[in-house]
Amino acid sequence: MNGAKNANAGISRAASQVHRLLTEAWRLQPLYVSLYAILLSFVVGGVLISIIGVNPFTAYWALLRGMVGGGDEIAGSVARSVPFIGSALALAFAFRAGLFNIGAEGQLLAGGITAAYVGALSWMSDLPGIVAIPLILVAGTMGGAIWGGIPGVLRTKTGAHEVISTIMLNSLVLFGVRWMVNSRDPVVLRDTESTVPRTDPISDTAVLPELVDSQPTLHVGLFALLGVCFLVAFVLNRTTFGFEVGTVGLNPHASHYAGINVNRVIVASMAASGAFAGLAAASEISGTNGFFQPGTFFLMGFDGIAIALLARTNPVAIIAAALLWGSMLSGAPLMQQEADVSIDVVRIIQAMVLLFVAADAIVRYLFRVRELDQSPFKATSIEGAV
Amino acid sequence: MAQASGNAAGPVLEIEGITKAFPGVVANDNVSLTLNQGEIHCLLGENGAGKSTLMNMVFGLYRPDRGTIRVRGEQVSFQDSGEAIARGIGMVHQHFQLIPVFTVAENIILGNEITKGAFLDLDTARRQIDALAERYGLAVDPDATVGDLSVGEQQRVELVKALFRDADILILDEPTAVLTPGEVDDFFEVVDSLTGQGKSIIFITHKLREVLAVADRITVLRAGQVVGTATADGATQQSLANLMVGRDVVFRVDKAEADPGPAVIRVQGLRSLDDRGVETVTGLDVEVRAGEIFGIAGVEGNGQRELVETVCGMRPATGGRVEMLGQETTGWGPRQINELGVAHVPENRSKHGVVAQYTIADNLVLNRYHHRKFSQRGVRNTAAINAEARELVEQFDVRTPGVDAVIDTLSGGNQQKVIVARELTGDLKALVVAQPTRGLDVGSIEFIHRKIIELRDRGVAVLLVSAELDEILSLSDRIGVLYRGRLAGTVEAADATREELGLLMATGATGGKS
Repeated sequence: MNGAKNANAGISRAASQVHRLLTEAWRLQPLYVSLYAILLSFVVGGVLISIIGVNPFTAYWALLRGMVGGGDEIAGSVARSVPFIGSALALAFAFRAGLFNIGAEGQLLAGGITAAYVGALSWMSDLPGIVAIPLILVAGTMGGAIWGGIPGVLRTKTGAHEVISTIMLNSLVLFGVRWMVNSRDPVVLRDTESTVPRTDPISDTAVLPELVDSQPTLHVGLFALLGVCFLVAFVLNRTTFGFEVGTVGLNPHASHYAGINVNRVIVASMAASGAFAGLAAASEISGTNGFFQPGTFFLMGFDGIAIALLARTNPVAIIAAALLWGSMLSGAPLMQQEADVSIDVVRIIQAMVLLFVAADAIVRYLFRVRELDQSPFKATSIEGAV
Repeated sequence: MAQASGNAAGPVLEIEGITKAFPGVVANDNVSLTLNQGEIHCLLGENGAGKSTLMNMVFGLYRPDRGTIRVRGEQVSFQDSGEAIARGIGMVHQHFQLIPVFTVAENIILGNEITKGAFLDLDTARRQIDALAERYGLAVDPDATVGDLSVGEQQRVELVKALFRDADILILDEPTAVLTPGEVDDFFEVVDSLTGQGKSIIFITHKLREVLAVADRITVLRAGQVVGTATADGATQQSLANLMVGRDVVFRVDKAEADPGPAVIRVQGLRSLDDRGVETVTGLDVEVRAGEIFGIAGVEGNGQRELVETVCGMRPATGGRVEMLGQETTGWGPRQINELGVAHVPENRSKHGVVAQYTIADNLVLNRYHHRKFSQRGVRNTAAINAEARELVEQFDVRTPGVDAVIDTLSGGNQQKVIVARELTGDLKALVVAQPTRGLDVGSIEFIHRKIIELRDRGVAVLLVSAELDEILSLSDRIGVLYRGRLAGTVEAADATREELGLLMATGATGGKS
């Protein structure tokens, strides 16, 4: 009887947690601007499309069918979106700590190359999947965490601003892995049997199970990244560590006064950010590609910035924003095929979305939205946060 | 210069029935005030009484919702401060509007540049500035860089700047808040010389002593309304304070004789650097005993901030040692020191004291959010945090709609009460307080003083740093004067006089030449 009572209490506690997280997620008020920015971008994009002589409704209809027109399309869209969740979290988490991590691009590469290297180690094939898969994911996560942690350490030890150091680290890792994967003499990580530059394929035991055989493959990595979003929401909103991160982000001076180890929080936040990017990269290597190619993550880190800002750094809203972003890219080829409108138009619309969210005064004026929250993009708030 | 004044004592500024509302608050409610030629009119009131709002309307920074403003009999409606300046109105703000890297002359002519072709004519400007300085006894060096000047000198630059623009009506917003007692006397002489030559002055302040010293007439504002006008001879500190607060104010802090125990805080030969790397604490010794309040007086910038921050672990010591409760704490961090039972009410409320975007509840646990009571296995216990917050809000009389309110929505006094509530609870052995009542109204000051004395009576060692000499005098049991980073002298509070302390503050020595 007592046991049943406890179980009941446990369930009701869990249910109230779920309810709390959902209300948090659907407390959309601060997201109005984002929603209107999307709407506005499609309107302006429509004008552009009609200028080049195509009926925008035809084009958008094709785009929409490309995105969600059927089971395969939906699966493809979701699959395309999965890594964006990680790269957006990389920005969002650091932003809560008052840091502007624009190094997700590099952190993805660092995580990806580490995952590919570990996945292709000869003894990996001797391990069962239940060990090999976590191992490859952890390896990628660690790679990203280290690459993300470096600018954190530089910031605390030397005062180097993370915007500058992450940009530099992006270049460093980009050209570093390009050399490692390209070079035939000496052979570093190149698969010498392949005609294109790429690493050795990972062991079959390290491949993430497939959910849907879509284009690209939808794999179990989806659940890992969704889980991380809710975990991050929980950590930021409910834990002592999350409180420290938020306090440092809002007022590092008061944090120091209150006895918070500001440097530790900065390094930990940057490393965590890098870890999310690293996990995203590892899940792609493991679930989609099976090897590492330097071009795989091209622009994915920078798209992550846009997605995180569109979601106003809310980890749960990032899921929706990443889905929108990924499916637009996934649907664009059909628009090109059927309406003869270049895929680049989708890129332009996405750029406008970001522009309107950043210059939110335009949206607020057009849609009469009152200023409710602080925009994470405004130069002043970024300035204030760092 | 406007020569409209044939009638020597006529009104130069008439404010009639001014009302100004901001969302949720009526800052000025049907306020009227007249300023006569050559007079010093004090505008007195607590923080938030609407003094600055009123003057900002006169200076064209805000526009009134209702009411009229007349300058020399002519109704005006300023769109911006440029129009007010053109009418001969000058304002010296509490926070100076000077560019530190420019010279005095460049600052003064800024926005009103004298040019020769495409070039600045600094020679002419210099001559005009010298003439003004001579005429009003405002010694300024036109070629000095403003960043190198003392606060008192910068204030003179601000005055010359206003006079340079031909102002005859000067609005001075809390001009003495940043000055030493000696500088205040000099400042009053300047003010006298200005009115002697026909300028008219509105003097905003909440310091009663000064009001009685300089004012011809006094207008008291409370909650946006005029609650009284008086002449300086007809008023006393008590009568003005009662008007300001709206009830009887007890001036003297009632406290029992101190019963000091053993030394709790012991600082020996302490040295530390300010943010620019200049050594501002230069071998300081001080000892604070249990059950006493040791007050540190001194002109700001003599190492107060660095002393407090070093003692509390926020700033590294570059020499000497700090001992608390018999343990050496030199090199400890703020948390370690805090956990020892040492609380710290910081000088800078918004920078260190609170996180402006956080709720009252989160601010109340800012330095103990990690205690077992508020956090289990790393997860915050919101219920316990809110319960504690409700209790403290009640105990410390914080006026707020609820503990969920964002602290930035509270007045300065209530924010300070939140900080005090956080710091003064728990098992305290020592308390370091810096400027605990800066910018607060009389009611909040009384409350915070009472709390500090309660702690002293419970045997807590209190190190009090304040720029308000009155506060030091009324609270402390012993007083040390900080001069250039060390104590120039220590006196028993019972024997201390303002004059003696003022001299120590200004020169670092008792008696002798100044």
